[in-house]
Amino acid sequence: MGLDIRLPIGLMFSLIGLLMTGYGLCTPTAIYERSLGINVNLWWGLVLVVFGGWMLISSLLPEKKK
Amino acid sequence: MPLPSPLLAVAVNLAWIDYTILIAYTAFVVGIGFALKRYMKTSADFLTSGRSIPAWVTGLAFMSANLGALELVGMAASGAKYGIATAHFYWLGAVPAMVFLAVFMMPFYYGSKARSVPEYLKMRFDERVRALNSITFAVMTVFASGISMNLLAKLLHQLLGWNYHASLLVCAGIVLLYVLKGGLTSAIYTEVLQFFMIVLGFAPVVYLGMKDLGGWGKLKDTLQGVATHPQTLALSDKSFAPDAWTSAWQPLLGGATANPMGVDVFAMVFGLGFVLSFGYWCTNFLVVQRAMAAKNMTAARNTPLIAAVPKMLLPVLVILPGMIAVGLATLGKGNYDLPKVPVSESAYTAAAAAFQSATAAKLPPVDVVKAVQAKLDVFSFKQSEFATLVTQAEAAPLTEAQVVAGLKATAILKNSYDDVILSLVERYCPPGLLGLAFTALLASFMSGMAGNVTAFNTVWTYDLYQAYFVKNKSDSHYAWMGRFATVAGILLSIGCAYFASNFSNAMDVVQLVFGFVNAPLFATFVLGMFWARATGTGAFVGLLCGTATSAIFHGLTLATGNVPGVKGGYFAEMLGMHPAIYPSEMAQNFWLAICAFAVCLLVTAGLSIATRQTKTLDDLRGLVYSLTPRIVNDESAWYQKPAFVGVILLVGCLILNIIFF
Repeated sequence: MGLDIRLPIGLMFSLIGLLMTGYGLCTPTAIYERSLGINVNLWWGLVLVVFGGWMLISSLLPEKKK
Repeated sequence: MPLPSPLLAVAVNLAWIDYTILIAYTAFVVGIGFALKRYMKTSADFLTSGRSIPAWVTGLAFMSANLGALELVGMAASGAKYGIATAHFYWLGAVPAMVFLAVFMMPFYYGSKARSVPEYLKMRFDERVRALNSITFAVMTVFASGISMNLLAKLLHQLLGWNYHASLLVCAGIVLLYVLKGGLTSAIYTEVLQFFMIVLGFAPVVYLGMKDLGGWGKLKDTLQGVATHPQTLALSDKSFAPDAWTSAWQPLLGGATANPMGVDVFAMVFGLGFVLSFGYWCTNFLVVQRAMAAKNMTAARNTPLIAAVPKMLLPVLVILPGMIAVGLATLGKGNYDLPKVPVSESAYTAAAAAFQSATAAKLPPVDVVKAVQAKLDVFSFKQSEFATLVTQAEAAPLTEAQVVAGLKATAILKNSYDDVILSLVERYCPPGLLGLAFTALLASFMSGMAGNVTAFNTVWTYDLYQAYFVKNKSDSHYAWMGRFATVAGILLSIGCAYFASNFSNAMDVVQLVFGFVNAPLFATFVLGMFWARATGTGAFVGLLCGTATSAIFHGLTLATGNVPGVKGGYFAEMLGMHPAIYPSEMAQNFWLAICAFAVCLLVTAGLSIATRQTKTLDDLRGLVYSLTPRIVNDESAWYQKPAFVGVILLVGCLILNIIFF
């Protein structure tokens, strides 16, 4: 099929990752009591951004010829 | 119509950030459908993805089509109930079956150019076998997606207070929109998206749970205490050896009474590992369709192999949460307890009345417990506290309120295992992460429906409509029919969802019948693929006999603690005899599958010898193992040889089994 699935996956996880990271930066630490004091939105948001970015880049780079 | 009552042990509030994530996911899913629309030209594009998808995508979709919400919720529940032995569904069942599919069966499925599993059956046997398989499959997929939709709408209703009907229609509408635009490709793409959502949404929950608990060593220690006293957590009324929750094989070797599953080694290996798992992974068109959509033979054979890698690791994500929940409940971390089946006030009042009359009659405490439990659906009572309550009542009459309070304090409620995964999500996820985990759950429900609908529309269009109703029309006619079947499939699913919400017992019956049909199926395929002499008559009658065997077997057997009815034993009751008793429903199911398989195999083989083979050897070329030229591919690297990769995967599985022996 003409659409490379990595493109929407990359876009979506980058977007959600950025949302979570931003949210993590703006929220008070009190809400992270339930996640054992870890700001999971910030850290996991960054993981999502890295994953999404990797998918996005691999979909945009030209395919290697054999 | 009666709505599902809002009784749920867990409640969740979503913040704006959670809704934003949910909406973003939905937008992408629908967007993918629209982006794929322009590639949907022929019926093959729509129904079989035009056989054009790379292996890693079909591989993830292959695994993900089965990773529905029922799997997520059910495996966490089993993890809590049975511990690590639940992993047999993966390490003993799914992975070996996937390797077998890739190495032995894919060459026939893909090489024969069949567009569906029923179509392969028609090529190999005859029209009767195809009709039987395609009709039962079409009905099954519609019901499966209906059950899943009903659960989703119920969940949204209970968890978030959304309207049941609106939830059902909106979710069905979204699925309809993207499947109608992008066909099978849409479904496959969203399954891949859903796979990453589930992994990325649940991994932090598992991590936080493990960290809270203090790591694997601590979990193991705690569960050893649980195994010797499972009554405290209402897990089982029997005690087991300390390793019952933390070893996969040791408890099985001790026989059916030595493990919480109530299953012995033979039933596990042959029933689950061979008959049920191979039957599901190798013959169910819902998953096989993903491999058939691959772009070439190599990709098709690699599909199940690629799927096997995440499948092998999945227990960490789906079974471990259940074990973590039991560990947390034992340690009483942060007042965590397993979610309980709620008991209504009116049940307590009725039980109090039973208590009053039983104590007034000076019955011994054991009989008082029985009288109360007849009115109150609980696991058991704290013994000494309950005895005190009885003594008090016998000394001086208690008021109804006092008895109710006393019963509430002494009752050990049953566990609501299906809520285990939600209770962990609720416990550890702050807003933000909650949205991600919740969206993952929702995604698995919706992609489950999409998967069923795309399998349904293909079987309907190619195996029923084109085969029996309207032959020899132009392709655009069938492409139109595929879209029409998509709409019809979704409407039928909604109907089934309402059906399921109205008669919970009727759903048990439906699932039961599916089990009857599925159990013997693998015997037909094994004989068809490896024995050229197997005839259409043999296969058709064998399948019918196998299904009948399932029904008869079920009617003559019962699991401990169940009453005759939906759970079995009905024939035995009719004939006035005692049903054979199995230690658990799981054992009953595994043995049922073994018997149905054996009967189907014997009848098919026997009748095949007795009847004339109508197919010539030429007809069977490419459909039977001995008549198909081996695929020789010297140029490809070792990691592209399915047999080699398959062996590596099996060794990996073996190692996992040894580690958790």
